[in-house]
Formats: sequence, C-alpha cells, structure tokens
Amino acid sequence: MRIDKHPILDFSSRKKIRFTFEGKEQYGFEGDTIASALHALGVKHLSDSIHKKRPRGFYCAIGNCASCNMIVDGIPNVRTCITPLKEGVDVRMQEGKGRF
Amino acid sequence: MRQAEVVIIGAGPAGLAAAKPLLDVGAEVTLIDRSAMLGGQLTKQTHMFFGSEKQHASKRGIDILKLMVEAIETYPNLTVLTETTVVGLYADKVVSCVKDDHYFKIQAQYILIAAGASEKSLPFENNDIPGVYAAGAVQTLMNVYGVKPGDRVIMVGSGNIGLIVSYQLMQAGVQVPLLLEAADTISGYLVHASKIRRLGVDIRMNTSIKRALGETSVEAAEIWQLDENWQGIEGTETIIPCDTICLSVGLAPLTELLQQAGAEVKYVRELGGHVPKINQHYETSLDAVYACGDVAGIEEASSAMISGHIAGIEIALKAGYTVANANDILPRLRHDLRNLREGPHGEKIRIGLKKLGVA
Repeated sequence: MRIDKHPILDFSSRKKIRFTFEGKEQYGFEGDTIASALHALGVKHLSDSIHKKRPRGFYCAIGNCASCNMIVDGIPNVRTCITPLKEGVDVRMQEGKGRF
Repeated sequence: MRQAEVVIIGAGPAGLAAAKPLLDVGAEVTLIDRSAMLGGQLTKQTHMFFGSEKQHASKRGIDILKLMVEAIETYPNLTVLTETTVVGLYADKVVSCVKDDHYFKIQAQYILIAAGASEKSLPFENNDIPGVYAAGAVQTLMNVYGVKPGDRVIMVGSGNIGLIVSYQLMQAGVQVPLLLEAADTISGYLVHASKIRRLGVDIRMNTSIKRALGETSVEAAEIWQLDENWQGIEGTETIIPCDTICLSVGLAPLTELLQQAGAEVKYVRELGGHVPKINQHYETSLDAVYACGDVAGIEEASSAMISGHIAGIEIALKAGYTVANANDILPRLRHDLRNLREGPHGEKIRIGLKKLGVA
C-alpha cells in the first residue's frame, strides 16, 4: 500500500531496510517507522488489548496514544509509530502489557 | 545532572519559532522532541498556508519547516535532542527525559512547553479496531512515510483537518466517497469543502457513524442521521463498505507535563480541553515556565509560529537579554495574532481566551 504517484511528494529511490516481523523476513524503506513499514505490508493489527484481547492498530502516529505498542528486539511497549525502522530489528506483536 | 539555560519541549512550529529569538541573543537552547524529525505537524503539511506573508502564507507546510530549521540549525548555542521523550517536569525546573532507553535529567533555568496537541477520538461501537485512525495520523502515514492507509476511506468531521486530509488522500490515490459532519454546517473553510466536493466527495451534514464493522480491521461503516440534539435516528442506518475510518473530531492540548509540574490549568472547551493559565508574557503560574502553541489552546500552525516567536522573545527579556527592537516587534506580533483570530473562524478562540482571562 505504498503511494506510487504523488503530485507533490517523491518517495522513490529510498534504500531498502530489512527486518523481521513475527520471525519472517520483511523489508521497508529508509525514513519509515516500524508502524509505517508494517502498514505498507498490509499489517494493521499490531497488538492485542490488555483486558479483552481486542485487536489494536496505530491511532495517533505521534507517539502519544500507545495503541501501536509492540515488542521490538525483545523490549515491550515500543511506540512503533515514532520508532524509525532500523536494519535487522526483530518486531513482534504484543499481547496486553507485553513481556521481556 | 545536565544543565540548560532554556529547554523547549516540542519542536513543532511553536517550539521552532521560539528557539530563533533566543538563539539570536546568545541563550543556550535545548530543543527536545520525541519524534525523530523536527517540525511536529509541519512535517506532513503538504498544503499551502493561508494568512499573511509574514507567516509564510502560500508556502507549503513542509517548505516552511525547511526554512525554520535552516534559520536555527547552524547556531552553536543550540542543542537538539530528537527521539527524546520528556517523561517528567517538576516545578524546580527539572526535566526528566528518556532517549534510547536511557533516562536522564536536565536542570533548566527557563522552560517553554510547546508540546502541541493530540487528536481526539469519538465514541462508537468498534471504534478501537485497526483501520479507525485519527485523520492527522493518516496524513502523517501518507505524506511523511508514503504509505496509504487503505483504498477507501470514510472521513468523519468537516473541520479543516478533515477537509484537507480528504483532499490529500485523493492526491495519494485513495478513494474518499463520503465525509460525515454531525452539525448542520461545515466547520472548516468552505474553499476546502468545495474543492473536495468538486472531486466527488459526498459531504453529508447531520450524519455520523454508528459503528465500525470488521473483526481484525475495518470492513465497513454503519452511518446514521442525527436529530437536532445530535442523537442518532433509528431507521436511517446505512452500511457503507470501506477499509479505513478517519476521525477528524478535534484536538486536545497535551498539558500533562504542565499539570504534573503543578501549573494552574483550566478546562476551556473552546480551546480544546485543559489549558494552562498563562499571562500576557506566555508565562504559566509557575515561575519561568512558559507555554505557547496548541498546548495553550488549539489554533493552527500560523498562530503557533507567532505565539512561539512572542514567547521566545519574552523569555529572552526575562532572562535579562537585550532583544533588538523588542518594543516594535512584540506589539506587531500581537497584532498579527489578533488578525489571525478575526472573523467567524476565530470566534471560538476569542471566546476561549476570554474565558481563560488572557484576551
């Protein structure tokens, strides 16, 4: 779900960045956050809520609402909407409060 | 503990505008933002600004941002901390931060809170499932990262953000069949509304969303008409297929840090929620702690730039610096701000500021 053509912005010629999601190799682009790279791959469901285990995606994209919290390199509650995608990171869905 | 003369929390239009006059007089400025980029909401504003040329009207937000960053980035007295979240603020002007999973504290002499605002949500069934996104968040996803939120979006709310993001969704190649407004009039500028209407967006007044449908992400929206008391009318429901529901239903000032530090706040509906009580110098009830931009009341980026500029000069003066032509510049900036708040679209702000006692 990348934008192919845009009248004002140019997103072409960005470096690919490899990472893993749920153990499977994926890639995004330089300038992505973890959440934007996942969304581009069609992954909208990022975690499950604490009590009712309801699916959660991003909401605010400014690191404020905690809806996009995931486990990144073993650390839970990473705000993936403002965390730049880095080469080789291990990204996993988070259940509830997450576990180390 | 680190020392800093002036700490500015938030590097959006208000924080960037405030940094410049402080850097000009030689103050040591530490500018902090939790994002990896400077600019706050300007990073995604691909539209041209209205207003006066002094606030860069007819330039795109993303280009204004470049100018504002270029204006400060070479100062040796500037320290920039990005990807840094301020997690605590104390009345003795200690700012505690987290960066790269590392916690540290800064002792500041002056603090300016320019933290901005966060988008509100709307109560309806299934409003928490993936695919229900804040409109500004979708704007970020598209215009900063080049990613579409989906293929078919229903927009809720006809304020300027809802109208502009609808247009920008179409620029990115996304369908926007429908925009819903609970009130009986469009709340943003009519020029934006006309533009998207010409492009085929069905703008429906007195209509809102009843629930989102979908298991793990949005598959459709059930909408219904509202009566004059904004209550849904049974029997008017329609189900519209879509994969994204964008909520553009207002913003709330991010005053948590100010409240933690003990600054006096007041709930003013017209300003978006709890806002700090500031005086004419933009100082809060705490000595040497200032607030400007959306955190002091929801307006838009042009006003944030002016209030930031004023607050930066006020802090420099309080710190004992001589600001060249301050007696000319300050009244002019206050005049520009009053101009921006004129007319029917500024009415809410004027009422809000009056309630807060700063107008």
